[in-house]
Amino acid sequence: MTKNVKNYINTIFRYIVLIVVGIVMVYPLLWMIGAAFKTNTEIFTSIGIIPKNPTLSGFQKAFQGYGGDIDILKAMINTFKVVIPKVIFTIISAVLTAYGFSRFHFKGNRILFAILMSTLFLPQVVLNVPQFIMYNQFKWIDSPYYLALIIPSLFATDTYFVFMLVQFMHDIPRELEEASRIDGCNSLKTLWYVIVPMLKPAVVSCALFQFMWSSNDFMGPLLYVNTPARYPASIFVKMSMDADTGFEWNRILAVSLISIIPSLIVFFLAQDSFVEGISAGGVKG
Amino acid sequence: MKKRKYRKCSHENIGWFYILPWIIGFLIFKAYPFASSLFYSFTNYNLFKGFSSFGLMNYKKIFETKKIMNSYAVTFKYAFMTVPLKLIVALFIAYILNFKIKGVNFFRTAYYIPSILGGSVAIAVLWKAIFKDDGIVNTLLGYMGIQQQSWLSSRTNALFVICLLRIWQFGSAMVIFLAALKGVPKDLYEAASIDGAGKWKQFFNITVPLITPVIFYNLVTQLCQAFQEFNGPYIITQGGPRESTTLISLLIYNNAFKSYEMGLASAQAWILFIIIMTFTVLAFISEKKWVFYSDDETR
Repeated sequence: MTKNVKNYINTIFRYIVLIVVGIVMVYPLLWMIGAAFKTNTEIFTSIGIIPKNPTLSGFQKAFQGYGGDIDILKAMINTFKVVIPKVIFTIISAVLTAYGFSRFHFKGNRILFAILMSTLFLPQVVLNVPQFIMYNQFKWIDSPYYLALIIPSLFATDTYFVFMLVQFMHDIPRELEEASRIDGCNSLKTLWYVIVPMLKPAVVSCALFQFMWSSNDFMGPLLYVNTPARYPASIFVKMSMDADTGFEWNRILAVSLISIIPSLIVFFLAQDSFVEGISAGGVKG
Repeated sequence: MKKRKYRKCSHENIGWFYILPWIIGFLIFKAYPFASSLFYSFTNYNLFKGFSSFGLMNYKKIFETKKIMNSYAVTFKYAFMTVPLKLIVALFIAYILNFKIKGVNFFRTAYYIPSILGGSVAIAVLWKAIFKDDGIVNTLLGYMGIQQQSWLSSRTNALFVICLLRIWQFGSAMVIFLAALKGVPKDLYEAASIDGAGKWKQFFNITVPLITPVIFYNLVTQLCQAFQEFNGPYIITQGGPRESTTLISLLIYNNAFKSYEMGLASAQAWILFIIIMTFTVLAFISEKKWVFYSDDETR
């Protein structure tokens, strides 16, 4: 009987912890949504989420531009101009590289894979200066096509994804590939018709993570995009905060909120893929 | 027979063709910049003027300048506050979620959203709104009748606020822990509880040892990230007040891209790189002592 009571208390304790932590996690986000609809005088005077006098003025002002060159919608379109090619190129280059490493025992495979793994631990901080100097020589800086941000993804430079895909490929049985080879498929056809369909969940999670990471990327555009008309959303949000600090917080929060709507939609549509992707990458590693 | 062997060999070599893009990318975008940043670190390279001298002057300057050394100290403080707290919270919550909890998925989502959005500028902006002096945290403290604090304008509190932003994003570490906890065989717990071990004892004697590989993985990746933190301090505090949140990556950015002293910035980056490497290598060396890989796991 006492054991039951103890279990009961334990269970209640667990739920209390989960709910309290849950509030801490979610409250700031909900507050942000509410605050974007509040008047500037109300925002910091109450901690409630639901606005007393809801107003759209924050959003109206959010859509106004800065000097006519850039506004939040243009900035978000700019973000997509970077993110969409980056996701596509990353997937193609990472799948090819992972296929090469996991299915072909060429000479040097192990050493090269070890090098690839070690670049996972290579801090970007060390590379920033020389990359900037190099991209400057290539005339990639402030390019209207965001070359400095996009081109490297053609070459599987985000090795985390290669690593993740190699992990997944190890779990795909090789019998099917041998069968397809006997049927006369070359290795590229085998990849496309046999491996890629089975790899779909992994490819989806890579695409999702790359989507999130590159839409959130701040350092990249900060270094390589200078013209306001080409600013992606991350830079635009920072700029609008600097421009209005202390005055129009409903506008700043509305801008911020609009900027994360695509990420929120993608997250809620594909939550399970995120969880699977991150667990696979981490646990097997 | 000989011919077949030859053909097999050539088939394996097709692999080179598939990894070729990565090799090119590695050489151009990783290996060359890596080597040249070491070279730049010994020069007074300036983006517009090029360089005129070669030597150890940047490293000398770093060790002699109080401001720069302070910045490394702040970075250490940041990393050693953020990473342990984040991992402890992540493991604790994952441990609780691993019991039969109703609405696991709901809680998991709630905890995970901040990590997914957390890198975005929008969240850093939100953090500023929450912790500014007349921000929402102080309003809340006022309601509860607790002395209001200055957060971002106080030298002692500002760094802590920056740490909190990343600790709040414990979700992805938690998801990894949760997946690992699911892999701990249930019968071990049953055996332990028959032996009379309490929940805490089970946690430290069974759970923790079995998931050390994952703790290790999280520790290394989180340390790597923490030492390079940039967005939080850049957006929320600009390194202030009075340099109390000037993490080294912020200083490197200012030197390289505001005053174009790229030689000095490279040297600072290399010292940071050596620090990160030291911790990574230490982690890998100590791995044998505390990380437990079960025997049946053949990899």
